[in-house]
Amino acid sequence: MDWQNFLQLVLSGITIGSIYAFIGIGFNIIYNTTSIINFAQGEFVMLGGLILYSFHQTLHIPLIPAILLTLILVTLIGIGMERLTLHPVKNPTVLNMIIITIGCSIFLKGVALSIWGREVYHLPFFFPRPPFQIGGASITTQSLVVWIALILSSAFLYFFYRFTLLGKAMRACSVNPVAARLMGIKVKSLVTLSFALAAFLGGLAGVTITPISLMDYQRGSLLALKGFAAAVLGGLGKEFGAILAGMALGITESLVAGYISSGYKDAVSLLILLFILFVRPGGIMGSKEEISLREL
Amino acid sequence: MVKRLLLLVMFSLVGCLIFGAEYRIGAVFAVTGPASWLGDPEKKTVEMLEEEINAQGGINGIPIRVIVEDTKGDETQTVNAVRKLITRDRVLAIIGPSRSGTTLAVIPIVEKYKVPLVSCAAAEAIVKPVKKWVFKTPQTDRFAVERIYQYMKKKGIKRIGIITGTTGFGAQGRKHLLALAPKYGIEVVADETYAPQDTDMTPQLLRIKAKNPQAIVNWSIVPGQAIVPRNMKELGMNIPLFQSHGFGNIKYVKAAGEAAEGIIFPAGRLLVADLLPDTHPQKKVLMEYKRKYESRYQEPVSTFGGHAYDAFWLIVNALKAVGPNRAKIRDYIENTKNFVGTGGIFNFSPEDHNGLDIEAFEMLTVKNGKFTLLGD
Repeated sequence: MDWQNFLQLVLSGITIGSIYAFIGIGFNIIYNTTSIINFAQGEFVMLGGLILYSFHQTLHIPLIPAILLTLILVTLIGIGMERLTLHPVKNPTVLNMIIITIGCSIFLKGVALSIWGREVYHLPFFFPRPPFQIGGASITTQSLVVWIALILSSAFLYFFYRFTLLGKAMRACSVNPVAARLMGIKVKSLVTLSFALAAFLGGLAGVTITPISLMDYQRGSLLALKGFAAAVLGGLGKEFGAILAGMALGITESLVAGYISSGYKDAVSLLILLFILFVRPGGIMGSKEEISLREL
Repeated sequence: MVKRLLLLVMFSLVGCLIFGAEYRIGAVFAVTGPASWLGDPEKKTVEMLEEEINAQGGINGIPIRVIVEDTKGDETQTVNAVRKLITRDRVLAIIGPSRSGTTLAVIPIVEKYKVPLVSCAAAEAIVKPVKKWVFKTPQTDRFAVERIYQYMKKKGIKRIGIITGTTGFGAQGRKHLLALAPKYGIEVVADETYAPQDTDMTPQLLRIKAKNPQAIVNWSIVPGQAIVPRNMKELGMNIPLFQSHGFGNIKYVKAAGEAAEGIIFPAGRLLVADLLPDTHPQKKVLMEYKRKYESRYQEPVSTFGGHAYDAFWLIVNALKAVGPNRAKIRDYIENTKNFVGTGGIFNFSPEDHNGLDIEAFEMLTVKNGKFTLLGD
């Protein structure tokens, strides 16, 4: 295959990868405060897509207010989920909390099933115009929307965690909750905040990717599997790690499907994931020492 | 305890006296659970028909009772439900189950107890090889593939690329697509797959494009069937796209948007009942079922309810003709010819317990966002 096809495969890979990365960074936020994996992250993505569908297509609210309303609603659902299920737990061990998030995931999927049914929903592209042509390869406007949203979100998170007191406090909660509390950090409030943030970003991911990937009640968790792989591969808690890893996964899948066989693309990308984790258990950007310092 | 048991016996005796004279038919559907989209319309359909028949005075003056059991789409529960229907309710025949897996699970039981069963599930394995007591009403996937190939042959399409989902439906379709191509003089030059969570099929389509086929067949259930046409449009691929009968829901057309225009696919005629010419033998049955179901339940009729409709009438017609005898009912169904149902015109025989052929599918296309008959 020629250069043009190669370029097209890479561009598709970046689109696929940015979807994985976008979902992956949602895992990081909650991990950064609690050391747990939030298995309901995919459901925030699904809710983002489906709620926007209802606001925009069913109630005919214009796109921008509909997106804002959707994000507010998903954020509230995230806060509600944390307040009602994780917050009251007396002995919040990592395992307990992870199992609770699995329960929330099943619950949210069930609710979505009863509201939206099994149908697949789609949204129009935010900027309806023909795909851009770059060197003979095409790229849709919606892919650009996903990239821009992804880059802005991760830059925001990077500065938030590195340079604001609140962000630093959130990271402290994850490293050692007891010590953080002794330093006067309200750990439980920050956990709630991290769920709000994660739900917001999950919702944003859902809103921007639904025009590309379509959405149904269980698609969120399917996509979250790959997003989770991206988060782990990049090093849990590292925003740019998730982006790098998501892109790597997406481009690998795309190239394998394009040059070897589409049947093996998931196998190859997961093999690479396993291999990297053998060599670097902390992921591409994470360090082994950091992992061993965490209390589990 | 003893008192309660006595009461129970008394009640059931009284029950027998009051309800004694009735024909009992069992129905096992996945009314709830992951396959409820199959079982729910099936249950509604048989309940509607039961009421209709009893309002007209039953069969030869005797009312029928359809006992619906919910299987939740689960094999174990289906086996238990069928056992209960046969041994406790002593039903004359059974409609369902809804899914292929659950149907295969209960075949040994109905064969052992010699109870006729008319399944609403699609898998060819249900009736191939033929089991004495088992029939099915849905069209077989293989016929859909053959219908597409027949059309391609007529249009001179000889080189095709196929792209299939890795779900059970897609894998089954891929098997038939590959196996049947030589029979119609068609060469499959590219064979690609995608997983249910995939969001972009551009790489696969590029590979197919490189082989330069005359048409593409995409076999999957949603959302792949909406994403592939969109990706093709983005890549500027203008060759005809064929999809499976799974595309037969106008919502998928909306999901694919403009890219859906011109997609060709086979489908049962229930979807396009109002488009059929009045002379078509199925027109009357289809329109009547559609009208009754839609006015009663205020929801669009579905192919799956149609499968239960056909199964119900096969059994009831047999019951009308030969009376309450399981063996005679079975023989009658096996010899039914020219039965006009929603799925097609059924011609059963000792070798064929499905009774349909590729004529059960109509070729459709999408024009201005609507399904239309393609014509040949």
